[in-house]
Amino acid sequence: MASTPGVGTAGRLSSPPRAISSPRVARGDRLFALVVKSAVWFVVALAVGLVAALAWESSGAMRAFGARFLVTTTWDPVAGEFGALPFIYGTLVSSALAMLIAVPLSLGAAIYLAEIAPFWIRPPIAFLIEMLAAVPSVVYGLWGIFVLIPWLRDWVQPFLGARLGFLPLFQGPSYGVGMMAAGLILAIMVIPYITSVSREVLLAVPNTQREAALGLGATRWEATRVAVLRYGRSGLIGAVLLGLGRALGETMAVTMVIGNRPEVAASLFAPGYTMASVIANEFTEATSDLYVSALVEIGLILLLVTVVVNALARLLVWSVGGPARGARH
Amino acid sequence: MHRWLIGLGLFLAVGWLPQPAGAQLLMNGAGATFPYPIYSKWFEEYTKVDPSVRFNYQSIGSGGGIRQITERTVDFGATDGPMTDAQLQKAGDLLHIPTVLGAVVATYNLPGNPALKFTGDVLADIFLGKITKWNDDRIKALNPSANLPAQPIVVVHRSDGSGTTYIFVDYLSKISGEWEQKVGRGTSVNWPVGLGGKGNEGVAGQVKNAPGSFGYVELAYAITNKLPVASIRNQAGKFVEPTIESTTAAAAGAASNMPADFRVSLTNPQGAEAYPIASFTWLLVYRDQQSQEKGVALAKFLWWAIHDGQKYPSSLLYAPLPAPVVKQIEVALKKMTVGGKPLIAATQ
Repeated sequence: MASTPGVGTAGRLSSPPRAISSPRVARGDRLFALVVKSAVWFVVALAVGLVAALAWESSGAMRAFGARFLVTTTWDPVAGEFGALPFIYGTLVSSALAMLIAVPLSLGAAIYLAEIAPFWIRPPIAFLIEMLAAVPSVVYGLWGIFVLIPWLRDWVQPFLGARLGFLPLFQGPSYGVGMMAAGLILAIMVIPYITSVSREVLLAVPNTQREAALGLGATRWEATRVAVLRYGRSGLIGAVLLGLGRALGETMAVTMVIGNRPEVAASLFAPGYTMASVIANEFTEATSDLYVSALVEIGLILLLVTVVVNALARLLVWSVGGPARGARH
Repeated sequence: MHRWLIGLGLFLAVGWLPQPAGAQLLMNGAGATFPYPIYSKWFEEYTKVDPSVRFNYQSIGSGGGIRQITERTVDFGATDGPMTDAQLQKAGDLLHIPTVLGAVVATYNLPGNPALKFTGDVLADIFLGKITKWNDDRIKALNPSANLPAQPIVVVHRSDGSGTTYIFVDYLSKISGEWEQKVGRGTSVNWPVGLGGKGNEGVAGQVKNAPGSFGYVELAYAITNKLPVASIRNQAGKFVEPTIESTTAAAAGAASNMPADFRVSLTNPQGAEAYPIASFTWLLVYRDQQSQEKGVALAKFLWWAIHDGQKYPSSLLYAPLPAPVVKQIEVALKKMTVGGKPLIAATQ
């Protein structure tokens, strides 16, 4: 019944900075502006330098394979034949699967924690969720090998195969390791990120929003949907993108459970491979120049895929709801 | 007010001061991960022999070791697979010095884990995906008394580039023409079937977990983790269990026609007691050293490693070099020079 009091309405949603426009700025201000400006250029230069270095190092593979690199599926270091499609596919599918599972769960948990849960229970649960974010990925990987995979192999996959085996998604032998295990482990890894950031965003929504909606006779759900979620939309999208970024780039845990087989298979039971995994697996022992260059090109593609996916997600938000709050020029 | 500036200045100044003079010679090396435990044992023991030299070894992988020694950013490299002719041409006059031996074993997960026997061509056909069931007639013929289930074989291989993989596929390439043509040799290959596990522990983890699986790991790893291991038929027609002794025997079998540069594959060697999937691991050093001081230290260390150092490998589950091979390496070490002058003659 009681409307939520303002628990920590910290100004997370920043307001635009005021420009230093006075003609009589003090010397200190000018110096300050210079320092922060050089900081931003330094970051930009780092990003440009990173892309340039990756492009330079991968020029050998680009010359040898051209655009074919993106669409062929053979990865044969012995013959010097390299195609990146299975890795691109594996990265995108495992991350998509992870987001499909993680986003509803995380948002649900965040809404419960910020809007509905009794007060005494909020800090311990929030603390537990943040603890999950601090677990190293190799630990998730080990858990995957010893708990998740046997469970998938002996229970989940035979069940899905028997009931939903008519779908190409659930066909083939169940090894346990594979795309499904990778998607699940990624989901578990990104849930704490999305949940704790979303919770912070929801807590930052001013209480007057809720009070106004409830005052107009809205139910709890309507008030949350109309007044809270819409208000915090850009922050929530940010939380989801943070999770997506982690899923796309996660290496260790995925390598341990995905089966590391470079092929494009429709079934979620089949083993796969991701871009980050192949780099981590093969870079140390890559001896020929073309081989190293092909691996670096995969790194470049991973970077570009991450940028493109993020850009698409932002475009999607803008197109469905107009520029989100906080999108400014 | 500017106290922090002064502090910063002091901090920088201290950084510029010369290091306290211990006059220790630091030798940098990089390369293979497989021999890392024995190398670090050697480096530690060697400080008792010659306290003036300290070794720093980065186990970054054979590929990285070859790259770094070729660019001369380290004093010595280390590799599990011999360098190719093309790589050697680029690198110049680089010596391969065998240090210890390792073996690769086939391990499996079956009810009761019976002791199994395999031949090379059956192994190759399993990894080619041509033999897919445990109760295949060819496996049954080799193991008439074992209780083999009608289960599919789940092949597990290394997903990371590895010297272990190189030794294993090198053996398969020698045995099976089809393997050599379709897959070939390398630290990573395009596997026809199977799942990839990261590292020995990744492969062993998969095999232990999944009934019916079949993979390969290093001998040392299999012994410490008490994995079931297969006996493999060698060139002499004898089924040999992988042990430290049978691994050393593989090198002894190859000693009679050892090439002078030691770039030799020991897989499928002669000798009745030889385990057929074994290999040297090598240190890479330039024959003509640039610095007198470092050259002498390196030559002395290598001399020690192939003589006194050979008492340490067995306890770490590596196989020591057989005596005839040690004699052959002595010849190579005596060819090490600095500015044209031999190093060993000057020191021994």
